[in-house]
Amino acid sequence: MLGRTANGLFWMYRSLERAENTSRLIETGQRLALTRLGDSDDEWRPVLQAAAMDQGFEAAHDSLTRDAAIDWMLRAPGNPSSVMSSVNLARQNARQVRTALTEEVWEATNGAYMAVKALLARKVSDRDLPQVLAAIRQRTALVRGATHGTMMRNDIYDFMRIGTFLERADNTARILDVKYYVLLPSAMSVGSSIDNVQWESILRSVSARGGFRMAYGNAGSARDIAAFLILDRRMPRSLAFCVGKILDNLGYLINDYGMRNEAIDHAEALAADCLHAEIDEIFDQGVHEFLQDVLTRLALLGRQIEIDYRFSE
Amino acid sequence: MTREPIFDEMWGRAQGLRTPYQELGNWFDGEDPARLRAKKREAEELFRLTGITFNVYGRDEAEERLIPFDIIPRIMSGTEWRKLSRGIEQRVRAINQFLYDIYHRQEIVRAGRIPAEMIQNNDAFLPQMCGVNPPGGVYTHIVGIDLVRTAEDQFYVLEDNARTPSGVSYMLENRETMLQMFPELFQRNRVRPVQSYPTDLCRSLAACAPAATQGKPTVAVLTPGIFNSAYFEHAFLADEMGVELVEGHDLRIVDGRVAMRTTCGYRPIDVLYRRVDDDFLDPLNFRPDSQLGVPGIMDVYRAGGITIANAPGTGIADDKAIYSYMPDIVEFYTGERPLLENVPTWRCAEEDAFKYVREHLHELVVKEVHGSGGYGMLVGPTATKKDIAAFREKFEAKPANYIAQPTLSLSTVPIFNRTGLTPRHVDLRPFVQVSPQGINITPGGLTRVALKKGSLVVNSSQGGGTKDTWVLED
Repeated sequence: MLGRTANGLFWMYRSLERAENTSRLIETGQRLALTRLGDSDDEWRPVLQAAAMDQGFEAAHDSLTRDAAIDWMLRAPGNPSSVMSSVNLARQNARQVRTALTEEVWEATNGAYMAVKALLARKVSDRDLPQVLAAIRQRTALVRGATHGTMMRNDIYDFMRIGTFLERADNTARILDVKYYVLLPSAMSVGSSIDNVQWESILRSVSARGGFRMAYGNAGSARDIAAFLILDRRMPRSLAFCVGKILDNLGYLINDYGMRNEAIDHAEALAADCLHAEIDEIFDQGVHEFLQDVLTRLALLGRQIEIDYRFSE
Repeated sequence: MTREPIFDEMWGRAQGLRTPYQELGNWFDGEDPARLRAKKREAEELFRLTGITFNVYGRDEAEERLIPFDIIPRIMSGTEWRKLSRGIEQRVRAINQFLYDIYHRQEIVRAGRIPAEMIQNNDAFLPQMCGVNPPGGVYTHIVGIDLVRTAEDQFYVLEDNARTPSGVSYMLENRETMLQMFPELFQRNRVRPVQSYPTDLCRSLAACAPAATQGKPTVAVLTPGIFNSAYFEHAFLADEMGVELVEGHDLRIVDGRVAMRTTCGYRPIDVLYRRVDDDFLDPLNFRPDSQLGVPGIMDVYRAGGITIANAPGTGIADDKAIYSYMPDIVEFYTGERPLLENVPTWRCAEEDAFKYVREHLHELVVKEVHGSGGYGMLVGPTATKKDIAAFREKFEAKPANYIAQPTLSLSTVPIFNRTGLTPRHVDLRPFVQVSPQGINITPGGLTRVALKKGSLVVNSSQGGGTKDTWVLED
């Protein structure tokens, strides 16, 4: 396979995953704001931080308003990670790798692009926001379904999966970090009612409320939630799950190509150092420090994959 | 030329269906026009979908690239086709021998059959190709010969496309669409298949692999990228052949070979089917500002490290000024009388021809020597006085830039429109593959049809459409 093709596949799926995660984050922000726990415009600062869109936002705006934050995350062409930019990038990459995709995957991707473009042609009203966010997730889910149902399980698929899970792991780590570091920097409020609402929102943002209840019942603590999102291998958005998948697909590539690269060492080290821990150790070390370490390692892993598989010259 | 009545390929000149159209005619008479109209819309939707799904377009963009498709096929009998294909084969063989000669000893110039300045002063002549021996001796791996018909037994070659002929994806799509829409027609007629074109092409290209090849030849298609208007066809062909679709920046020279950057390192390419023009192929040897090519590929090529299909410099064979010498060229190299005729052509660079053409602009077709796509040409009989006056000015300023031909009464084949079957002028581009193993002509080709009543211009950029083209088994 061409290195350029691997690059296109990787970024196509990273971008799709990002569009989906951003729409989840907006939903979470909306929920936090609607529960009116504080100055509602200010609720959006941590959401922007979680999406790593705060700096770009501040550069482009004088003040933070809810409308401006939502519009920045959804539609802003100046924001390379906005839903519209992500979906656009996904399609552009899909065009580049058209011959590697099945007709169904291409159709679903192109369909997602056309639908999202129509939905986001104008500023989205409050009334329409829930449907628009749901539609974005449905569209990306269609691409995932077509991928799952029609793509050969070969190196093409491996690069798709690696892109997906790298992006997802990154997103989950950021959401957790926001919760721990930004929303409640003081340990005092742990266990307060605000704390509970926020945790519930975090679980919602990764569609994990039901899963968490199944695993921990109704009385789960904050520590349980952190354990669930970091270490639980059953939870498809947990760090352990995502890194496990990356390891699997890197492993298939090694078998397929008959050569071992550095990327797998990075991934193995990440899994061994961070994801075989007990949650208590992580709390002792400091959750923020832990998550920052994970984010740095994920970025390095991504970079190494690009080098190992010659995404560009 | 005396003006004859127009020859219709379905009805002939008299009334009564010509034999190849018998079954089609019977079928059509039994059809409800309303159903056919619905089918026609369905066909257009199919094409739009192919545009969207096969390729890389959105609905709006697919609309733009949609070349109208007509549901009435153009049909030739096996006998007609055999005759035609013998002529095509002869011509393509001569073109390859001509190219070899032009880039080696230029015997044809020495023999005085072509003036030396026609070659030396021609932009399409590439001095960099002199003395180069392309692998397998093949210059034009893929050729599209444009033919027109004026009578039962009269075909003319309008143009030889020896650089990078396009349109083959339409030929394949048209057949696919007809098979889906009217399967019953294929039960009533034994139509020779065209679907093996990509497989045949891949085999034919592989047979031209250079000496440096180790093991099974690696073939790749080189495209300028997704913004090229023919990207659709490039992606389609790569996909159908099961080979990589590469861009210039995927390639570099590694150990004297042209190699593509894969996830496992650089892998040499043996045969490069390039859809990038000569000028852009190698910034070191041609245009230095080109981002589309591969620096140094010409050096590898000259050293026998890669096959470039078609070879650089083949444009000299389809140049419009050289065209007028084609009958001589065929005769010179094959020692045979040309089986296919050229359209009589005045070379306006010659004084007598210029004088004649100047006096007869209103009845001639005048073309720019280096033009393509139907632009910059005058169709005298349908042009207004104003058009002719404007053209005359350009023409008289630089007569050597032009050739002129009589207006042929091109044959017609009916299209299906609101009024039912209506005759429209057509041409034909058969696709030819050349390898050391032989010359392979796909039965049929691409029929282009001028959709405007009376129009002789079939180019899609000028309101032309396409038809499925059938060669019957008989």
